[in-house]
Amino acid sequence: MSIIEIKDLHKVYDGKSLPVYAVNGIDIKIEAGEFTAVVGPSGSGKTTLLNIVGGLDEPTEGEVFIDGVKITGLSGREKTDFRMKNIGFVFQAYNLIPVFTAKENVEFILHLQGKPKAEREKRTKELLEAVGLGDRMDSRPNKLSGGQQQRVAVARALASKPKFILADEPTANLDSKSTDNLLEIMEKLNREENITFLFSTHDQRVVSKARRVITIQDGVVVSDIRK
Amino acid sequence: MISSFAWRNLWRNKLRSIVIITAVTLGIFAGIFLMAFMNGMVNDRIQTIIGTEISHIQIHRPGFVESDLFTLRIANADSVVDVVKSIPNVSAASKRIVINSMAASAETGTGVKITGVDPESEKKVTRLYTKIIEGKYLDGTGKNSIVIGETLAKKLKVGLKYKIIITVQDVNNNITGGAFRVVGIYRTDNNMFDGANIYVRNSDISALTGLDGKEAHEVAILLSNNDATEEAGKSVAASFPQLEVKDWLRISPEAGYLVSAMNQYMYIFMVVILLALCFGIINTMLMVIMERVRELGMLMAIGMNKLKVFMMIMLETVYLSLTGGVLGIVGGYFVTRYFEHAGINLYFWKEAFASMGYSAMVYPVIEPGTMIIVTIMVIVTGIFSSLYPAYRALKLNPSQAIRS
Repeated sequence: MSIIEIKDLHKVYDGKSLPVYAVNGIDIKIEAGEFTAVVGPSGSGKTTLLNIVGGLDEPTEGEVFIDGVKITGLSGREKTDFRMKNIGFVFQAYNLIPVFTAKENVEFILHLQGKPKAEREKRTKELLEAVGLGDRMDSRPNKLSGGQQQRVAVARALASKPKFILADEPTANLDSKSTDNLLEIMEKLNREENITFLFSTHDQRVVSKARRVITIQDGVVVSDIRK
Repeated sequence: MISSFAWRNLWRNKLRSIVIITAVTLGIFAGIFLMAFMNGMVNDRIQTIIGTEISHIQIHRPGFVESDLFTLRIANADSVVDVVKSIPNVSAASKRIVINSMAASAETGTGVKITGVDPESEKKVTRLYTKIIEGKYLDGTGKNSIVIGETLAKKLKVGLKYKIIITVQDVNNNITGGAFRVVGIYRTDNNMFDGANIYVRNSDISALTGLDGKEAHEVAILLSNNDATEEAGKSVAASFPQLEVKDWLRISPEAGYLVSAMNQYMYIFMVVILLALCFGIINTMLMVIMERVRELGMLMAIGMNKLKVFMMIMLETVYLSLTGGVLGIVGGYFVTRYFEHAGINLYFWKEAFASMGYSAMVYPVIEPGTMIIVTIMVIVTGIFSSLYPAYRALKLNPSQAIRS
């Protein structure tokens, strides 16, 4: 069974004079362990697609299944709960909580899930060590570089043991070294722990590392290449 | 963790939080202190009413309070006083002859209330003897001595050793009069009282009116504490079913209204302060929400449900209100406690205060119950202030908020 199954997905926004077809009939299946990049020019619909797949937005038409569960049509509360348990998010601007340390940022989602303290601490330590930040656990985001912050964000996304990681242009704000470092970590997690990644990106370095590249233009898939 | 998160969020923008906390602190401090100040004024007025004017409980023949009829006398007042003294919580009792009559000096005359007292017994019931500003209080020396208020002395244009003619009705319903020499002038905090009340010895007024010395119109009772009034009143009434027993609240209902009205005014005042602060807090929290749109979007995206987002915003608001509130309450408490002993002397408004029956020296008093109620009001204000900002946070669309 596919981890992500997108069926005939449409998203239409009410424009000022004409409707805007952000996603216009997309069918995609993503299997467990894939390392997939969704690419396309600005306004092509990739962020809308990821928002719908991540349960942050509702399509106008079509269905999205995550590990067999149809998430389109779930209530707001059900979607929030589903996201917490099944989807890890990595955002372009890191979006860490500035008043929390790296450890607390990762631990927070486990706290939302009601995990016991011992389990939270063990998992947080493992994840931060896995992204190479075992020695910066007590640092607040403003004491970390952009690359380090994004690695904390990856650790946070992995904390709840999600079915896949959804990353919206994760390297857009990073320099080359940090980008390479982050990609290396994500590749390693994908390879060694079979974690599924789905990116939207403009970054050719990310595209070159991806094993599957889906190109979107004007809301439709124009190519889907497996390397 | 949500509570820790909310507390830390409070200090993200220290200056802004400190400004609003200071505003809340000053508002609550002002409210607490003003409540204590007004409470002190009212307490002082009540103590004056009890200690100088009325005492806690009075016994009369039925109808005397309404009519002031000379004929409505308690036949054996001394035995009534003896029985009353044996009732628990009664610290002193004194019989009085009370007559409304005319007092005249060489220059002018006016209506007065004459109270005939046994000076030594009366000293144990009322503190009027402590209010003498010229001369002395009534004692066993000299015949037909009289103590008058400062306001009346000015009205009659008399001073110490002046003679005043009082005209009264005697036991045979004849009009009779007597000359009394001013031996003392008192000043209470109530100008109206001072202008209408004169005190003579019971024996002198009895001789003038033909009473036998055992009769009296009134027995005034002082209790060991105000709280015992109701219980002691019931015991006294049970001992003298044929007499009318009234406590100070029923003799001077305006004093009771004063207490309850002042309490209500003060709480209304506090509500107005809190309402004003409420808008400041709402404004601050709306700014907080606007600044954190992206973060709130992220929190909702990663699975923080609406209830937890609501709780977080609410806790931040409550912490903001409560921090200022607690500082204001504690500050108000300690400043009140200082002035509770030191007092606040409003000397410049002394006359204005006296014309309303209040002392110019105010000793603010704050009750523990008031502190608890104010604390609850602050918490409720915090919760109330959080509702709209929290609602705004809940209305955010996570996908749009993240990209804001």
